[in-house]
Amino acid sequence: MKKNIKFVSILFFLILTFVVMFKGLDVSKDYSNEKLNSKIDFSFTAKKLFNDEIIILEDLFDQNGISVVNIWASWCVPCREEHKFLMNLKNMNIQVIGINYKDASKNAKDFLNLLGNPYSDIIVDKDGTKSIEFGAIGVPETIIINGKTNNIIKKFIGPLNTENVIEIKNLINETS
Amino acid sequence: MSNYFGNYSLYFALIASLYLIIKSYLVSNKALKYLDKNFILITSIQTLMITISFISLVFAFIYSDFSNETVFNNSHTLKPMFYKISGSWGNHEGSLLLWLLVLSVFLFIFLLKSGSQNIKYRVLTLLFQQIIIAGFLIFILLTSNPFNMIFPIPSEGLGLNPILQDPALAIHPPILYLGYVGTSIIFSASLASLITGNIGEAWARHIKKWVLVSWIFLTIGILLGSIWAYYELGWGGFWFWDPVENVSLMPWFCLTALLHTVVVLERRNLFKEWTIILSITTFSLSMSGTFLVRSGILNSIHTFANDPSRGLFILSFLFILILMALTIFFFNQNKSKGAIKESFIFSKETAILVNNWFMMFFLSVVLVGTIYPIFLEVLNGSKISVGPPFYHNLLIPFLIPFLVFMSFGPSLKWIKDNVRKFEFDLFVIFLISILISYFILIKSEKSFLLSIPLIILSFYLLIITIKDFFSKKSYLSQKVSHFGFSLLILSILLNSLFSFEFNSNMKVGDQRVFNDKIIILKDVIVQDIDNYKSLKANFEIKNKNTTIPLTPEVRIYQQPFTITSEAAIKTTLLSDNFLVFNILKDDGYYNIRYQYKPLMIWIWMSTILISIGGVLSILRRNEKKY
Repeated sequence: MKKNIKFVSILFFLILTFVVMFKGLDVSKDYSNEKLNSKIDFSFTAKKLFNDEIIILEDLFDQNGISVVNIWASWCVPCREEHKFLMNLKNMNIQVIGINYKDASKNAKDFLNLLGNPYSDIIVDKDGTKSIEFGAIGVPETIIINGKTNNIIKKFIGPLNTENVIEIKNLINETS
Repeated sequence: MSNYFGNYSLYFALIASLYLIIKSYLVSNKALKYLDKNFILITSIQTLMITISFISLVFAFIYSDFSNETVFNNSHTLKPMFYKISGSWGNHEGSLLLWLLVLSVFLFIFLLKSGSQNIKYRVLTLLFQQIIIAGFLIFILLTSNPFNMIFPIPSEGLGLNPILQDPALAIHPPILYLGYVGTSIIFSASLASLITGNIGEAWARHIKKWVLVSWIFLTIGILLGSIWAYYELGWGGFWFWDPVENVSLMPWFCLTALLHTVVVLERRNLFKEWTIILSITTFSLSMSGTFLVRSGILNSIHTFANDPSRGLFILSFLFILILMALTIFFFNQNKSKGAIKESFIFSKETAILVNNWFMMFFLSVVLVGTIYPIFLEVLNGSKISVGPPFYHNLLIPFLIPFLVFMSFGPSLKWIKDNVRKFEFDLFVIFLISILISYFILIKSEKSFLLSIPLIILSFYLLIITIKDFFSKKSYLSQKVSHFGFSLLILSILLNSLFSFEFNSNMKVGDQRVFNDKIIILKDVIVQDIDNYKSLKANFEIKNKNTTIPLTPEVRIYQQPFTITSEAAIKTTLLSDNFLVFNILKDDGYYNIRYQYKPLMIWIWMSTILISIGGVLSILRRNEKKY
């Protein structure tokens, strides 16, 4: 009897794991157009890094085209590696909105003074809640938003590389 | 042409597999006097077929046959030959074919080497192993066939990713797979021995070799992976607690526990069920590793391109195997029950049990950190990120009791040892470790309360393991592995305590002073090479009496416009010097990042020592027992 209880409980746990993993397969990892039809609400307020101005996040987005959002922190080592690719984007005249994730503002400013500032605007996300609105799971992450529909159309988890930079440029060229 | 060869030999292998499953199942219920010669014959034909298939793929890569979709996606005519060959298993389809090849080769070796074992046991092992092989064959043929053709034939391939062209990464997957797949034999064999009821000393002696082989390959595989991360990714670390890394670490913990438990089974005929549970778990973890990496369910910097049908197949297959194993376990568990033996608290058995508890604890922490985010996302849609602090906070404090146990556990006697009286030499060693640690920690600025006992204990353990080389109470293999392990812990601790980083902006001729080092930027040489412009900077790092030259490089590609930087790493016995630089604006300033990493090479060396211990244990001939 005792043996059966053990067997059944392990079986139950196994089935639970199976169901979760099965569902997990369906959870999309790249947020493509057809999977995220619903409009996301980006109309929350945030503080800018350099002048402490309070703005509504949505206003930063290009209402007729594509916006690029990059989540970064000065303490994140891969962000440092990624930085040159963001500078590449800047050199191509692509505007990148930075979200400074769980960071001390002095360190963030030092980081940008040292390496250069690739961002058109930077907002502060001291407790990490604003990044969650974008579905971010860590830093760095780069999110592409279609301003017309407020949809996330593409998401890059981890540091950007050359191929990603080309992909972002192509995405912007397609829409404009 | 090679496409057809490769493809059809896989179908032949599948037919052989299905035949063997049916045949061995029918035979397994009968009393057998000898092993049917056909079993070995058909298995060898199957192994040959899979080998042909694999070689065809390698040929397609060597001759850049772009009519093959896998080659087209992953190769390029300009790739060096070495990377063309390694490219054949560097992708999803090819790597699965390699899995399959290793599976069948291992089974073949098992059938040849297990002649002294019970016939029914061998037939059943063949049956379970063939079920796994058939599963993988169907998976490959249905969802990831490496021999898909494309028409019209493209003139050039797509794969020329420089970051993947690294010798450590080229041999990392096959070595890791040898470790993973080795656990499949342990899995099949333990299920077979459950049914036949022959779990005991003789079985333990026979399966121990397979445990050791898998463990050695897994250790080396993990080592190569972190060497690649350190030199190629250039983030200045060797372990990032990335899910893909964790997935290879979990079976390692389990296999290390099994390695110790199997010795108890061999010597004392104890822990029968526990050995079987560990065998099943180890293989399940290896398979889950494949599932998690290949299905794309994880968010990781290394996740590979994916397709949901693949994930679903591996997931279902994995659960069918686990379910089968559990059912067999629960309904046959009483067959091997031996007489209950008396055990004492102060004995080697208990010490090994304690080792197992620690391994299981480390395993659970890594498992929770890796799997829990998936559960949470599915159950309530919230996303969390589990990073290094989680693992460090949970693992590091438990290293203290672990190190204490490891300093005396291995030298305890079997059955019953006496509670030790005060031993003067151990006390002296302890004092020496405190003294060494004091002189080391006094130099460090960031010593925390936690790092003091850790450093003292790891020095203590290091001296104890060196002292053990002169005792006659254990095998050389054990001495080498344990010494390697204590060296590894010490190197990692000192490395994390004394690493430092220095960032600055410099122009040619500048020098910066920090700690006791001077960094000088002597000049920057600009050259036009092929399709990029190269900037090579000559740096010098001056210490009191040494000068280390370092020349990192920045490459500027015009089409498309990208800047990449190549770090300069100078490795010495005591430390690594790591320097990378970037272009800032056009005012002649460069941003530099200098890292000093002590004892890096010892982290690699000690891991090699740990596996050398394993090799010594396999090679051991004399059956003298300690």
